[in-house]
Amino acid sequence: MNQKIYITGIGIISAIGDNVEETLDSVRKQKSGIGKLDNIVTRYKNEIPVGEVKHTNQELIQLLGFSAETKITRTSLLGIVAAKEAMQSAGIKNPKEFRTGLISANSVGGMAITENYYKDYLNPEKKGDFIEYIKKHDCGDSTEAIANYLGIKDHISTISTACSSSANSIMLGARLIKNNIVDRVIVGGTDSLSKFTINGFMTLMILDKEQCKPFDAGRKGLNLGEGAGFIVLESENAAAGKEIFCELTGYGNANDAYHQTASSPTGEGAYLAMEKAFKQSGLEPGDIDYINAHGTGTEINDLSEGNAIQRLFKNKVPEISSTKGFTGHTLGACGGIEAVLSVLAIKYNMVYPSLNCVHPMSELNFIPTKELKTDKRINHVLSNSFGFGGNSSALIFSRHK
Amino acid sequence: MTDKNYITAVCSVKNGTVKINNTFDFTNSLVTSGVDFLKSVYTHYQFNYPKFFKMDGLCKLAFTASELVLKQNNITNTYKPEDIAIIIANRTSSLETDSEHQHAISNKENYFPSPSVFVYTLPNIMIGEIAIRNKITGENSVFIFDKFDAEFMSEYVNSLLNSNKAQCCITGWVDFYDNKYEAFLITVEKKKSALGIENQTEELNKLFITNA
Amino acid sequence: MTELMDQLKEQIILQLNLEGMKKEDIDNDSSLFGGGLGLDSIDALELIVLLEKNYGIKIANPADGKKIFQSIRSMAEFIEANKK
Repeated sequence: MNQKIYITGIGIISAIGDNVEETLDSVRKQKSGIGKLDNIVTRYKNEIPVGEVKHTNQELIQLLGFSAETKITRTSLLGIVAAKEAMQSAGIKNPKEFRTGLISANSVGGMAITENYYKDYLNPEKKGDFIEYIKKHDCGDSTEAIANYLGIKDHISTISTACSSSANSIMLGARLIKNNIVDRVIVGGTDSLSKFTINGFMTLMILDKEQCKPFDAGRKGLNLGEGAGFIVLESENAAAGKEIFCELTGYGNANDAYHQTASSPTGEGAYLAMEKAFKQSGLEPGDIDYINAHGTGTEINDLSEGNAIQRLFKNKVPEISSTKGFTGHTLGACGGIEAVLSVLAIKYNMVYPSLNCVHPMSELNFIPTKELKTDKRINHVLSNSFGFGGNSSALIFSRHK
Repeated sequence: MTDKNYITAVCSVKNGTVKINNTFDFTNSLVTSGVDFLKSVYTHYQFNYPKFFKMDGLCKLAFTASELVLKQNNITNTYKPEDIAIIIANRTSSLETDSEHQHAISNKENYFPSPSVFVYTLPNIMIGEIAIRNKITGENSVFIFDKFDAEFMSEYVNSLLNSNKAQCCITGWVDFYDNKYEAFLITVEKKKSALGIENQTEELNKLFITNA
Repeated sequence: MTELMDQLKEQIILQLNLEGMKKEDIDNDSSLFGGGLGLDSIDALELIVLLEKNYGIKIANPADGKKIFQSIRSMAEFIEANKK
């Protein structure tokens, strides 16, 4: 059980770049990816900004070198782009060399495409290509598409626990290695924007009509985003001789047991998840150099998470920021995207700014990092992801010694 | 890692019947809709939890099975809230309610999507409902599989218990789509119960098929 | 006013799935939230939809709901004042 979990590869696509290189460039320039919605036709097109990947499905199909007629969902396309990069960055050429798994998370499956055929689907007279997309609607479909593309066969699973989905897939991957079920596993998640999600979040009245302002006193809600983020976890044996980005030293999950969507005022689930992650890593809150918060920008999340962090870190909260001002809230993918950003924080000794936080919340004793910092050694990063349904997860990434 | 864990109670809800520990406990063949059947189960067992009526079909189903399976060994009074895990798998995620929301937003003339419907467009809300009802704060997750995977589920739950991430786990399969509903929930503990079934692939598979 | 309040009660029972409850069970002046009805933040959003759907009144800021949804009477007064 003392098997270490090494991170040997990372891959990402989001509103701030198609790959790790472009993502780094955007964060270094402190350039947000949030803007006008282009690829989806909805009544809210000009009302809310989003973190959209600025490629149509056809462009993504071309980018991956598929034939133009390929029937594939946007969720799968984004997932393949990021998982492929992660696998390449880990230098994995032959997935059969070790027992290799894939765990992917998502919340809406193929919705971004199938929703355009909703009425056709209900009409039994209607025939056409769209049936192919309906078959690809389930949440598990994108996982299979990614696994097929990468040639992964040993273990495949799909997790769907709302906005903590990807963090939970990272956690499950680590367990599979520790229990000697696989030697390495590609973990993370993918989600695409859809009318379904946009219209739904509008009914909850938690979308900011401007850029989101996590941890700001005047925050008005979140911006939805899309993308995918994957990391490669390997056992000590499988990773031998490779460049190791860092280690996954702690992970924890708990339920807030408070409300279907709203987190509890004290952030009980968040607190328990972080506490478990610390217990497993053997680290103390004082060891953490940077917290990549869930920080969605909603009134409730930021207060609840802030309270839980304060309870755990007392008056010694380290550098902390939410990167959702860059990418938007990518729902089922956010744990994967933020895991990649956490790994990069360690590799390049970087602390990302919490964009748009001008007036810090008076209820909290900490002030989020406002400018990009590169002058501090980052050894341990805590990354939080919380979802509707009370599902709360925390991951700790640590420099490899 | 060779510690044995035991299935200490099982409840299945499907086709108008409720089975507890493999024995028929309630049947209602008078109603055809899944939700109406679940309401009759609610009345029969006197759950007394008005929030039940606000839940979507999937959550009503998961809630019903969890109420009955948890009662068998007084789980919530035996373990600490953080020591109880909830791990559920299904095939169709929250598709039933997803369709309802999609239907509402496709209606251009009469556009009134409901926030309380949208809330249920995630499969793990069913775990949230069980957690809220019983104040359970342990580890929790939803897996999407084509069909019930006894090997994965038994190994995963054993690993949670053996590494002391949980002392007890509510686990199984809960699926609700197009008026087809199927819940199979078990409690897994470290101690043996009268049921006397070990939590391992073959036994779990057998139990699932018996209840299917 | 009484008529509107009765109508509201029926709509609320239906919209919020208050199973088994009759309009006689809801008092005109008792608080809707934090009281015996067991309503929460999602129900408040649902009431916003109800106002728009049944009375054509749009509420842009959910925080405004707090005052409007204090009781059946305050809701009815708000509707009277804003009805188109």
